[in-house]
Amino acid sequence: MGHHDDPCAHCEEMMQPYLDHILSEEEMREAEHHLDECEWCRKRYRFEQSLRVYVRTAVSEPMPAELKKKLAALRIPLN
Amino acid sequence: MAEAQPDATRIAADARDRIRFEEEALGLSDQVYRVARHLAGSREEADDLVQETYTRAFRSWRSYTPGTNLRAWLLRILTNLNIDRGRRAQRTPPMQGLEANDYFLYDRLTESDGAPSDEERVVERLSQDDIVAALASVPHDFRDVIVLVDIGDFSYQDAAQILDIPIGTVMSRLHRGRRVLKRELAESVLEEGS
Repeated sequence: MGHHDDPCAHCEEMMQPYLDHILSEEEMREAEHHLDECEWCRKRYRFEQSLRVYVRTAVSEPMPAELKKKLAALRIPLN
Repeated sequence: MAEAQPDATRIAADARDRIRFEEEALGLSDQVYRVARHLAGSREEADDLVQETYTRAFRSWRSYTPGTNLRAWLLRILTNLNIDRGRRAQRTPPMQGLEANDYFLYDRLTESDGAPSDEERVVERLSQDDIVAALASVPHDFRDVIVLVDIGDFSYQDAAQILDIPIGTVMSRLHRGRRVLKRELAESVLEEGS
């Protein structure tokens, strides 16, 4: 409930900057105050946080060992 | 190189600096690759780009200022090479009507019956393939920023420098790019469900 009210819309706008740690202290307190009271927004923030971690893990593939060798071979020999 | 009688000490110091540079650069190769893999369209392209990047870096090591961010310096070379390869020819598609809001994906994932109730489990409804495919379909300009900041762990400032765009542009592209990514993910879930 209540997600069409202003506080939740405002909270949504603050989500990305909040998770990026770029809110001012005051904005941060404001967001946290709302999150303490609003489960609806809290769930969505938590989801977003998990999604970021999940995406990062899903798309990270190790560098092929072969490529690593090739890079080392590109070094300019001392003469 | 018609240098008259360069003294041995200088040559030795130079060699030492160069070796240190090369080793430091090679030590970052996993991180460089992780970013390259998703800046470039394919594995093969990423392979080539990383090799070209290191070839160029080793050649122009003198233009790196010790003590500055070497990872960002390498990525700057890499993104420039990527642009040189003409992959920028792709236009940025119109963006209207995409992301209804930031909560769109969550709402989509939880609207069906039997959706897990805790948020950490909700993401598990997305497969690794879904995510890789969704990221690949985000337009380049947006994807570059997501890849640098969200996957490569670069600051806004570093991303701005690497891509040679203002920091405000980094922020707005990141904001929109994340929404585009979520829309793509929501669509993949929709397709699987139908």
